[in-house]
Amino acid sequence: MFVFSENVCRFAQILNKAFFRESMGVKALKIKLLAVVMLCSFSGFGSEDSTDKKQEEFNPKEMIMHHVKDAYGFHLWDWNGHSIALPLPILLWVDGEMITFMSSEFHHDSNGEVIVERNGHRFVNFHEKVYQLDSEATALAFNEDNYPINASKPLDISITKNVFMMWVSVLVLLFLFITTARKYKQSPDNVPTGIAGFMEPLILFVRDEIGVPMIGEHKYKRYMPYLLTIFFFIWINNIFGLIPIVNGANLSGNIAFTFTLATFTFIITTFSGNKNYWKHIFWMPGVPVPMKIFLAPIEVIGMLVKPISLMIRLFANITAGHIIILALMSLIFVFKTIAVAPVSVLFALFIAVIEIIVTAIQAYIFTVLSALYFGMATEEEHH
Amino acid sequence: MDLVTPGFGLVFWTGLTFIFLLLILKKFAWKPILGAVSEREESIKNALKSAEEARAEMQNLQSDNERILKEARAERDLLLKEAREMKANVIDSAKTEAQTQAASIIRQAQATIESEKQAAVADFKNQVAQLSIEIAEKVVKSELSEKDKQFKMVKSLLQDVTLK
Repeated sequence: MFVFSENVCRFAQILNKAFFRESMGVKALKIKLLAVVMLCSFSGFGSEDSTDKKQEEFNPKEMIMHHVKDAYGFHLWDWNGHSIALPLPILLWVDGEMITFMSSEFHHDSNGEVIVERNGHRFVNFHEKVYQLDSEATALAFNEDNYPINASKPLDISITKNVFMMWVSVLVLLFLFITTARKYKQSPDNVPTGIAGFMEPLILFVRDEIGVPMIGEHKYKRYMPYLLTIFFFIWINNIFGLIPIVNGANLSGNIAFTFTLATFTFIITTFSGNKNYWKHIFWMPGVPVPMKIFLAPIEVIGMLVKPISLMIRLFANITAGHIIILALMSLIFVFKTIAVAPVSVLFALFIAVIEIIVTAIQAYIFTVLSALYFGMATEEEHH
Repeated sequence: MDLVTPGFGLVFWTGLTFIFLLLILKKFAWKPILGAVSEREESIKNALKSAEEARAEMQNLQSDNERILKEARAERDLLLKEAREMKANVIDSAKTEAQTQAASIIRQAQATIESEKQAAVADFKNQVAQLSIEIAEKVVKSELSEKDKQFKMVKSLLQDVTLK
């Protein structure tokens, strides 16, 4: 019942947020309340700016959102007014055909000004989203909410910054763990040597602290590959998100990423659910019949809320961490004085250190809760 | 706004990448690593178990040894006791044997001595008789050398004999 009420509470929060999306900071958890305050105030600054001064005025909200969100190219730094960036391929599925071009074709424009024409279709990059202009339109037009009106979004499976970093992380993971596996083959008595000495405690941690206690001695083995993969996949991408030189590709702070992983957990939970699990959802044993009828819809919602909470938790924690650091850095530009820099840097350093811990904690929580859901789904009846 | 809207492209690539990562790592990393670890744990468990068994066996052996030693000691004591008893018996029986033997020897000797003595006495008696006869013969011879003496003699002898 505790889990259930927690889930309902969380669901209410989610609904709440879905309807009041304008202030992103609200997503942050308790510890990150600071960011909420700052971000809201920055949004205030941004909207008060007069439109003609917009180019010169520093807009922290725009800067932060730009850094937190995905992008088509890998922008590294500016040099003499030119952007130095690693172009990445853009893949679009339009009218049954695949259209590909490099992100450099947009010339670092993300205001919808540069038009790229391919196969008779014209595309613009507006706020790091590719829009396909309508056939008669020559330039992107906006309504009063600054939303494009004469363009549509094509099916976009581009290799974005996040996808690129995800593949880098995959290569690192494959290298790390295949090397580890080879170390065991080399030693005759399965003694962990070299890198295996570092990796084995982590792997055993997932097995002995997550898999075995959450799922149970007899059934945990089936879920170990998933738990291990998800733990290290999330962890390494959390870490990659903190490395400034790769421009903070914020993969694990992207809702699409957490959504996909939570969906995997949901699918596995649903498919490993045994009779006992479904009975507890649709016909709760040990309570009177009216209560059973009352509980069934709540439990069904709870079934969905569990993965949704996984999705939101990881996304919110990682994104909020990035937002705080960026917000602290923005202070320097907002107050237009270098005197703020020491404070900003000190606070940002403090938060960054916390974030390093958070990378592991969030990977752990995601894995532990996934394991807990698998354990609940496979739990045998005991009376 | 679109910060909380999952983009299709990233969902697609994340799903695809994750499935491939899961499959590859499962085959080439997790299975061999977890297999090696559990194999090693198993072997450690077995080694500990066999060490425990060896220790128990050693203890058994030790107690066995002690028991055997004790038994041997008891047996030795028994043997010694028996030997001592036997010795005493042997000595005893030898003693009695010797005594009886000695007694019988003595008895025989005494008997022999007795018979010898008797024989000697008899012999002595015979010889004494012989001698006495010879002496008597000689005395008689000398006595009867004269006629009147012979007569006297015959007369006295005849006097002793009563006619029937």
